[in-house]
Amino acid sequence: MRTRDLAYWLFLMPVLAAFIFVVVAPFLLGIYYSFTDWNGIETKGFVGFDHYIALFQDKRFLDSLWFTTKFSVVSVILINFIGLSLALLVTAKLKTSKVLRTVFFMPNLIGGLILGFIWQFIFTKAFAGFGAMFGIESLQGWLSTSSTGFWGLVIVMSWQMAGYIMVIYIAYLEGVSKELIEAAEMDGANAFQRFRYVVFPLVAPAFTVSMFLTLSNSFKLYDQNLSLTGGGPYESTQMVAMEIFNTAFGRYDMGYAQAKAVVFFVIVAVIALVQVYINKKREVEM
Amino acid sequence: MRKKYLIPLEILGITLAIIWLAPFYLMIVNSLKTKREIFEDTLKPPSSLTFDNYVQAFVELDFLKTFANSLIITVISVVVIIIFSSMAAYALSRTKSRFSTILLFVFIAAMLIPFQSVMLPLITIFGKIEMLNRFGLIFMYLGFGASLSIFLYHGALSSIPRSLDEAATIDGANRFQIFWYVIFPILKPITVTVGILNTIWIWNDYLLPSLVINKQGMETIPLKMFFFFGEYTKQWHLALAGLTLAIIPVIVLYFFAQREIIKGVSEGAVK
Repeated sequence: MRTRDLAYWLFLMPVLAAFIFVVVAPFLLGIYYSFTDWNGIETKGFVGFDHYIALFQDKRFLDSLWFTTKFSVVSVILINFIGLSLALLVTAKLKTSKVLRTVFFMPNLIGGLILGFIWQFIFTKAFAGFGAMFGIESLQGWLSTSSTGFWGLVIVMSWQMAGYIMVIYIAYLEGVSKELIEAAEMDGANAFQRFRYVVFPLVAPAFTVSMFLTLSNSFKLYDQNLSLTGGGPYESTQMVAMEIFNTAFGRYDMGYAQAKAVVFFVIVAVIALVQVYINKKREVEM
Repeated sequence: MRKKYLIPLEILGITLAIIWLAPFYLMIVNSLKTKREIFEDTLKPPSSLTFDNYVQAFVELDFLKTFANSLIITVISVVVIIIFSSMAAYALSRTKSRFSTILLFVFIAAMLIPFQSVMLPLITIFGKIEMLNRFGLIFMYLGFGASLSIFLYHGALSSIPRSLDEAATIDGANRFQIFWYVIFPILKPITVTVGILNTIWIWNDYLLPSLVINKQGMETIPLKMFFFFGEYTKQWHLALAGLTLAIIPVIVLYFFAQREIIKGVSEGAVK
């Protein structure tokens, strides 16, 4: 097949058409719209960088950005820690290994919207019931403050994604050769040293992949945010994805929402690429 | 790991599994209670088994229809993604040209674009050409699903020797025959992975259908669940019965295909 062959183009055409209409054109058009006073139907004129200047002084947007950043940092650390721990646990030749894998992975199959609703019940009703039974005052009124809302989101995200990250770590852990570990043991390395100096460097590529996934998923979170806290109380748990949606469809400020969406893209892209770059470099050095 | 650690680890694992499953337990147990019983105690099992909540949720969710809507959209989208992404990946991998290289790079780079960045213009464009319907939705899933699917297929194709294509050419097969009769069957393991990853994502997607097919009678499960939940916010007995119904199809599928699902997800993430 050559680039000038008909077959080449016939094979590519359906995907290319969808990709151009669904991703490329909207993406480029979106950048154009962000410089105009677009209202969703028509553009009346250029506003230059007005939207971009405004969004850096927009408290709602900056708050949502800060909340998203805090959430992502905590989630990434927690999910990777739990995910790796679970992976080490289920690769330890337990009788229950298979069942455990199945259980830990299960939340990933259920959509974020539905998970958020289930957990809304757990936090508001079951936590309160549990707290009343054992006299733990702090379990009352979950999701009604911004800090319990924050931890609520972190818990749901960790519960959901840890099993996914576990699967990735398992794939790499199973690739670590037994001889290498046995050799280290013969040299007198204890369990911690064997993990730190033999296993951990070998699963470093898994860390790059899982950190990329957790980071970008945390940053782009929308469904769980919508169904668990709805951004409340008083928009204090509103993350960037939801803030953009509300600017567009709640306040019908389309051009402005699009400018936020462009900034959102730049942030996600920069974080993702920098993260991969740093981790790749670290992998080589180890 | 030495033997003496195995029993404590076994206990730790089981404890964690119980914690992991607790939300499902609480959901199911309370979905069988009356509104008053939930208010009195959320942790106890129900005093008597009644399925009234389920009957009402089933009717109000118009469950069979909603389920069928989800099924139609997911199955067609996934089949379309598999057919066209594998073909595109084949063209890109067997034609070494600067254009192919650039195109593959663009497909992969597009994975960095968050949905919110294309959402507003996308809905505007599809509104103008009157494609805010199921057909448009499936087309959109092809566009969004193409990147990862092509990436996975391309990786698998580079390990299939070209001599196989050449042998088929000598036998007189044309490009379509070579691909569909010789190459595509070899790609089966990666097709399973691509199918699983896209099914999980499309089945659970809420935002895109909410923007595209927000019409009565057309709703998918997540979409219908959102309206249903809004209506019964304070009536947990009904809301929980609805939520349980909504996740039953996924759990049933997981029960039958857990090995393939976990393997597919692991391969998709590791590649």
